[in-house]
Amino acid sequence: MRHLRPLSVTLTALAMSLGLLLGAGAQAEELVKYQIVGGESIDKSLTGQPGDPVNGRKLAINRKLGNCLACHVLPIPEQAFHGNVGPDLSEAGGNLSEGEIRLRVVDSKVLNPDTIMPAFYRNDGFERVMKKFQGKTMLSAQQVEDVVAYIMTLKGN
Amino acid sequence: MRWRPIAVVLGFGLFIGAYGAVLAQGDGKMAKYFVGDLRTGYTFATPETQAIQDDDFANPAFLWVDYAVELWEDPSGDAGKACSDCHGAAEDTMKGVGARYPVYNAELGKPINLEQRINKCRVDNMQAKAWKYESRELLGMTAYVKSQSRGMPVQVQIDGPMAPFYEKGKAFYFQRRGQLDMACANCHEGNAGNMIRANLLSQGQSNGFPLYRLKWQKLGSLHRRFRGCNKQVRAAPYGYGSDEYVNLELFVANRGMGLPVETPGVRM
Repeated sequence: MRHLRPLSVTLTALAMSLGLLLGAGAQAEELVKYQIVGGESIDKSLTGQPGDPVNGRKLAINRKLGNCLACHVLPIPEQAFHGNVGPDLSEAGGNLSEGEIRLRVVDSKVLNPDTIMPAFYRNDGFERVMKKFQGKTMLSAQQVEDVVAYIMTLKGN
Repeated sequence: MRWRPIAVVLGFGLFIGAYGAVLAQGDGKMAKYFVGDLRTGYTFATPETQAIQDDDFANPAFLWVDYAVELWEDPSGDAGKACSDCHGAAEDTMKGVGARYPVYNAELGKPINLEQRINKCRVDNMQAKAWKYESRELLGMTAYVKSQSRGMPVQVQIDGPMAPFYEKGKAFYFQRRGQLDMACANCHEGNAGNMIRANLLSQGQSNGFPLYRLKWQKLGSLHRRFRGCNKQVRAAPYGYGSDEYVNLELFVANRGMGLPVETPGVRM
């Protein structure tokens, strides 16, 4: 029995790392479940963790991730160009609740099916997605939380 | 409701924007680029970019066009014919042709665009090889032929046998696609004149294609532009000369009906 123990430990470790691998693969497909309250907000953090507003601000600038600046004016003076397709968000943290902002970042089309705004936390129901983005969300659950935390800091002057 | 102050600001911005457009429209030089509510991409370009298009000697697209002027006279293929052997002087015979493409081709039972018409002529009549999309030859010849219609209004057929293809192009235009889940219409119908970060959205008119894009440092086809837009919304693009893009080309041309052909245009 004794000599078997290391083997069983190895097997367990193998199974665990396999599980981790599979888990990582499945993460891209399976989204965190969330509840929309009253059709207008997602009150609970997607990750159960608070967001990091400093990282959220970086995501808002990053052209390959949040890229909020593509369509919105934000108090980010070091970036020269801010889009104006969507509303100015300089005071959004004072105008909307955290849950209302979270729903807008996750999937704005719940509120307005005609909006141009992409859903940052949805990975299906799309037409002809490029292969490398298939089954993927634009932002991870924690990144959504970071962006939400950043927007919540925007209360105007 | 809580967005009302922002809506007011946006509304005011739109008003200023519309006022600016009216001012620009009133300008004599600009008038020909406006037809009703339609505006060509020229009206969204900076004065510097406009100046390059205004001057054929400054417009780099003419490097391609001038090459095509030579090709027009050069015999090519097993039939030993040049374009000019059948078509004479392009300035006479090609006038107005580019303005009405894509056209219905009865033999193929579907619309073909100008690039495909040129290649069909090469293969069927000259017994030459088709030129590749985005090659110096095909871009140059397409621009050369279409530039013979400069200033003439875009006018494509969308009834009769063209109707089902027009409908397909229209459906494409309004179909959301890609991970960003956006349709052509989201940017070019609803948001023309607005900024996507540093990029000014135009109406997405096709009357200047093929055109020299400063970003490309090259002449480029309308299908290249379609592919770029599709990829920007993270959608798998269709092929150059695909039925999907020819149908879309038909819809887009008709959407800009009456705008003057500007080929070869210059854009950012």
